[in-house]
Amino acid sequence: MTTTASDNPVKKLLRTERMPSIWCPGCGIGTTVNCFARALAESGKNLDEVAIVSGIGCTGRVAGYLNLDSFHTTHGRALPFATGLKLANPRLNVVVYSGDGDLTAIGGNHLIHAARRNLDLLCICVNNLTYGMTGGQETPTTPTPAIASTAPYGAFEPTFNLPHLAASSGASYVARWTTFHVRQIAKSIREALDRNGFRFIELISPCPTLFLRRNRLGEAIDEMRFYRENSTVKNLADTREAELSHRGQILVGKFVDRKRPTWREAYQARHAEVLGGRFLSWDGPENGSDDGPRGPGEGDE
Amino acid sequence: MRPDPNCLMTGRLFIDGDHACSEGAIAAGCRFAAGYPITPSTEIIERLALRFPLVGGTFIQMEDELAASITAIGAVWGGAKALCVTSGPGFSLMMEHLGYAAMTETPVVFVDVQRGGPSTGLPTLPAQADMMQARFGPHGDCRFIALCPNSPQECFDLTIEAFNLAERYRVPVLLMMDEVVGHMTERVVIPPADAIDIEPRRYTDRAPGDFRLFEPREDLVPDMCRAGQGHRVHVTGLTHDERGYPVLNAAAQDRLIRRLRDKIEKNADRIIRLEEKGLEGASVAVISYGITSRVAERAIELARAAGVQVGSLRLITAWPFPADRVRRLAQEVAAIVVPELNLGQMVLEVERAVAGACPVISVDHAGGAVHPPERILDAILRAAKEGRPSSLGRSA
Repeated sequence: MTTTASDNPVKKLLRTERMPSIWCPGCGIGTTVNCFARALAESGKNLDEVAIVSGIGCTGRVAGYLNLDSFHTTHGRALPFATGLKLANPRLNVVVYSGDGDLTAIGGNHLIHAARRNLDLLCICVNNLTYGMTGGQETPTTPTPAIASTAPYGAFEPTFNLPHLAASSGASYVARWTTFHVRQIAKSIREALDRNGFRFIELISPCPTLFLRRNRLGEAIDEMRFYRENSTVKNLADTREAELSHRGQILVGKFVDRKRPTWREAYQARHAEVLGGRFLSWDGPENGSDDGPRGPGEGDE
Repeated sequence: MRPDPNCLMTGRLFIDGDHACSEGAIAAGCRFAAGYPITPSTEIIERLALRFPLVGGTFIQMEDELAASITAIGAVWGGAKALCVTSGPGFSLMMEHLGYAAMTETPVVFVDVQRGGPSTGLPTLPAQADMMQARFGPHGDCRFIALCPNSPQECFDLTIEAFNLAERYRVPVLLMMDEVVGHMTERVVIPPADAIDIEPRRYTDRAPGDFRLFEPREDLVPDMCRAGQGHRVHVTGLTHDERGYPVLNAAAQDRLIRRLRDKIEKNADRIIRLEEKGLEGASVAVISYGITSRVAERAIELARAAGVQVGSLRLITAWPFPADRVRRLAQEVAAIVVPELNLGQMVLEVERAVAGACPVISVDHAGGAVHPPERILDAILRAAKEGRPSSLGRSA
């Protein structure tokens, strides 16, 4: 306890009046939030135009602790909420921040379609390999044969390789780090904030209370050592190599960084091509009355 | 305020109720729609996909109705007026987000073009069997406004009304169409822009730091904002305080949930719209809504020809339910007949309001077609015979 809140550089980005957070001691989510806040502060973005959208679960509570326009939505549906938010106000920088259960199980369909559409969203997925909020159940990322409360004899289902899922679905930017890699996380988020399209960052994070303890893997500090000793950085690696296994090697790095037209760019290009001057683009609520954009004719050549 | 005249198809059109709904949305200032195809509502999103790029709107076809409904909600917080459109099974999938919209007080419009159910039911045939779902569908106590058009013209008019009510009360509004009204083609008159009233979103005029997103005005409705205005608001489906911060205890729940109820119930007189025909001196009243009210008109005509004094009370607003009016009506008539395309839904609410003051005769129908008018006629004739003498209970 050497640093006080007042001299913490990320303080202005946090709703400190809501602290302490609900997260357990040793949980990695707060670490990722610290990295995110640093990256956002460094980015120079107008914070009034950054919105954060979470689903449900431990990571789903991130939105509530950030001093931004924040939306705590329904379970699995942060991405479609963010889709509407972003398309209605394209000036916003919209960040979806949620967990592995929320984004890849109940919200898995939205994840692949958001990537396919290349919606202009930054999606941060904190992967703690379990459902924390509800007590440590199995998720699509729980490795075989880890113990979970709904897999008491050990998980046996194959898992999702999230970087590969995002990349093969069409994401523009894909990276993975562990919460040991705090500088790399901040750098990656900082970089992704300046990219367009669907950007997916997986952050492997310890759940000491429900995953480590149940699997007799020690404390959070032991997991940091594990991450340090078992992570291999391989930028632009083939995402097929990024499969995780129980206590196996963790491939980290920036795997994908490519330019594809975003949903809105494709929407505008298509309609401008077919409709010419008759196409009227929605550019956000501030570009006209609160109920509609400019009158027709402005797009005329 | 008025709609943009350049976006309106002012004039006389010959279109179906689905298309009229789309034009109503455009007139109301809706510029965002999220959809997922489902019969018999699909024509609404098809027309919006065609029309929106010409009027500065955005349509996106989502991967399912869960996505479509919350995408529309997200668009509202981005600053657009938005709707989502569905039927039967899709309406069931949207329930969680109807509840989320109620809890977060999001002014958004849900359109349900009702078809036979449950489950896949009768995709291309009518029903009015989602009426209780429109009241009690989501988990938890919540209130909505639900409107029931009975013609393509009303699909246009009430879509505008739905958006206006959503803004006025910061509440999700349901347009409860049915397959027949949706697919029926009739003349629809789209008025000029200066004849259409549009409710603008009531954005706060308070400075950032001084605005509480869930602090109600005197009418129990809070002002609105959108993302990007600097208010740094928090919106959650959790029970919350006036700042929007989660407060998970009984006192906060009581305060919030009662206000969400009261802002609709206490404004019910201003919200409710009814159509009354021939109730003066009537001994029998028919209470109906949507397409069934059109069928009931024929039955009423036949009953009058047979010498029965029968009038009609049409529910343009189904929720909040016009309990006071029905209670008074029960004092004025000998019996009430309630035809609807379900096995008895709104009739339960009629019975609750009537509270035994007069007989209530349900004319149910499992859906798949409209009633034969004769079934409603039979009920009216039976009501005229069995109802107590109208002089007994008549009050001033």
